[in-house]
Amino acid sequence: MYAYDRHDRMFVHARVEQFRDQAARRLKGELSEDEFKPLRLQNGLYLQLHAYMLRVAIPYGTLDARQMRQLALIARRHDRGFGHFTTRQNIQFNWIKLEEAADALHLLAEVDMHAIQTSGNCIRNVTADAWAGVAPDEIEDPRIWSEIIRQWSTNHPEFSFLPRKFKIAVTGSPADRAAVKVHDIGLRMHRNAAGETGFEVIVGGGLGRTPIIGTTLKDWLPKRDLLSYLEATLRVYNRYGRRDNIYKARIKILVHELGPEKMRDEVEVEFQTIRDGALALPAETIAEIAAHFAPPRYAKQPGFAPAHETLRRTSPGYRRWVETNVVPHREPGYAIVHFSLKPEGGVPGDATAEQMEAVADLAEKHSLGEIRVTHTQNLVLPHVAVEDLPAVWRAAEAVGFATPNLDLVTDIIACPGLDYCSLANARSIPVAQRITRRFADLGRVHEIGPLSIKISGCINACGHHHIGAIGILGVDKQGEEFYQITLGGNAGPEARLGDLLGPAVSADRVVDTVEAVVEAYLAIRAPGEDFLATYARLGLAPFKERAYAPR
Amino acid sequence: MPLVRDGKAVADGWTTVADDAALPADAPVIVSFARWRAERAVLEQRNAPLGLGLKNTDAVEEVGPEIHRFGLVALNFPKFSDGRAYSQARLLRERYGFKGDLRATGQVLPDQLIHMLRAGFDSFDTADARVLQQWSKSVAAYHAFYQPIGRLRPTLDNLRREEARPAAAD
Ligand code: SF4
Repeated sequence: MYAYDRHDRMFVHARVEQFRDQAARRLKGELSEDEFKPLRLQNGLYLQLHAYMLRVAIPYGTLDARQMRQLALIARRHDRGFGHFTTRQNIQFNWIKLEEAADALHLLAEVDMHAIQTSGNCIRNVTADAWAGVAPDEIEDPRIWSEIIRQWSTNHPEFSFLPRKFKIAVTGSPADRAAVKVHDIGLRMHRNAAGETGFEVIVGGGLGRTPIIGTTLKDWLPKRDLLSYLEATLRVYNRYGRRDNIYKARIKILVHELGPEKMRDEVEVEFQTIRDGALALPAETIAEIAAHFAPPRYAKQPGFAPAHETLRRTSPGYRRWVETNVVPHREPGYAIVHFSLKPEGGVPGDATAEQMEAVADLAEKHSLGEIRVTHTQNLVLPHVAVEDLPAVWRAAEAVGFATPNLDLVTDIIACPGLDYCSLANARSIPVAQRITRRFADLGRVHEIGPLSIKISGCINACGHHHIGAIGILGVDKQGEEFYQITLGGNAGPEARLGDLLGPAVSADRVVDTVEAVVEAYLAIRAPGEDFLATYARLGLAPFKERAYAPR
Repeated sequence: MPLVRDGKAVADGWTTVADDAALPADAPVIVSFARWRAERAVLEQRNAPLGLGLKNTDAVEEVGPEIHRFGLVALNFPKFSDGRAYSQARLLRERYGFKGDLRATGQVLPDQLIHMLRAGFDSFDTADARVLQQWSKSVAAYHAFYQPIGRLRPTLDNLRREEARPAAAD
């Protein structure tokens, strides 16, 4: 993990004190709300329906046990004892008082964390593959590049008042586990013909009311040029991005209006001018950052894990959990363990302070102290010895994080929706809860196989509904909550946006409709075919027919 | 307008002249980009210092190569949340080597001072008393920044390397 030194620490503490002063001036009336708003947003403080929400950066989804315990402490001291992990690998606290915000930020700074640029029209917290450094298929660790980007983008003197927010995601694997095609900039590592690693730069993807899959501006960018190319892209955006209409202000609209060719040329000209400037990355700088992410010293594991093998034979529940929530690790004898934050009837992504502490304990005992947050709102222990899996499973069961549903129908992504969010048209969380109750039978869940359901409470698409195999979007119909359903969305390398199933359905009907779609799939799938494959083969019609059939 | 520079209120020796107003003789004036283009021959003949006022949509590329002709460039923030002039400032300073006075006009607020100084601004045309009040606090807020760009170095990295040097010599 990246370890702060005294200078990083002085920096985050300075930021806390700067904000403490700004908040105090706001409370005294010396700053207007209009003047204060971007300052608080860039420190993670967002005004919601009932209170301030604090969005804490978990850079590229990596944190350690000590940091997780501190999040639990913040949940207890400044919230109502829980936090909410988000699709951007952040954690949000929903009940923050402005008077206490700087104290909460100070608690973060004590453990080398911050909430810098988690909101506002600036470069946001960078996200990455949650399996970084441990995935067997990885070309190079994306955390190195994410950290380099974090540093470059923090308090950037030119890009702190962009036309709109700006999100960057990095994946170091051919399998895209960071949804890089639906970010303002997505970076994907490739090897060129000479065997060197570099970046494909994908620009102008995004969801929201104008969902667009990003355009590749550069097939292969040398690593030394990463920051120069990002700076060039951001400069073109800062200068020419639209500022007259908030809904047309994202970079995707600029790419669309200029056209990909013109955009590529504009960025290229700027890039060529600055590429040998101060941002060119010397090999030694890269090596210094990379050293922070060197693989840990793994204890050598025996070839046979008796406790694990025995339990696998005797406990179907354990076997199912291992098959679903545990994936292979690049180090022999180790595994990547997922804790599902999607129990039946639960709020997707929520964790109580006690649960956070339990995860911290487990990470310390079984995962070299490390934890990850996925963009699907689950937690990961990235380095678990196979022989420790039974112990981890029992502990996860005890705190309610062992639901064996990773990537299955109940592993739902949902935005906060009308329960918290002032922009919402409809509730998201209760819909997710009802769906998980409807699909409570684990046998049936496993029979259905991989299927992502994603729910947003409004067109802003924080729940990523466009890229759900089943997407659910809350809409307002004469003051009533209705839901539009889309099918066939996908976030991976073959990213595509879902297609509208048909007329929106009422809150009463939404779960039945989802179930009808799933039943349709089960009825028409070919052997071994997952939901998206069936959808690709047969299209919308057979689903539509069954979904709207009177029951 | 009151002017702030280096944390002090200073007298403004420049006059901003509207495009259709007559130019005062022998006084430093700031003219718009449009006027500069239209009346360049006349403006070049003047003996008094010449300043250029740019809108945040004006292309600095067009004037960059001859920016040394101006003693002052004024860049505008129509709203403090419109950050286009930060790019213009960095381009003028870092690409075109502008050495004169770079002035921020429009909605200049105390909490953006640090960004503006780093981007290359040195004077601030603002009636907002808070800019002066907050000046020292704003400027001293951070001991260093991450980026090796703009002004007000050092960077965190520079500091680390300096600290590492004596140790390495042992
Ligand atoms: S999608 Fe809409 S309702 Fe949901 S969190 Fe985002 S803005 Fe709020």
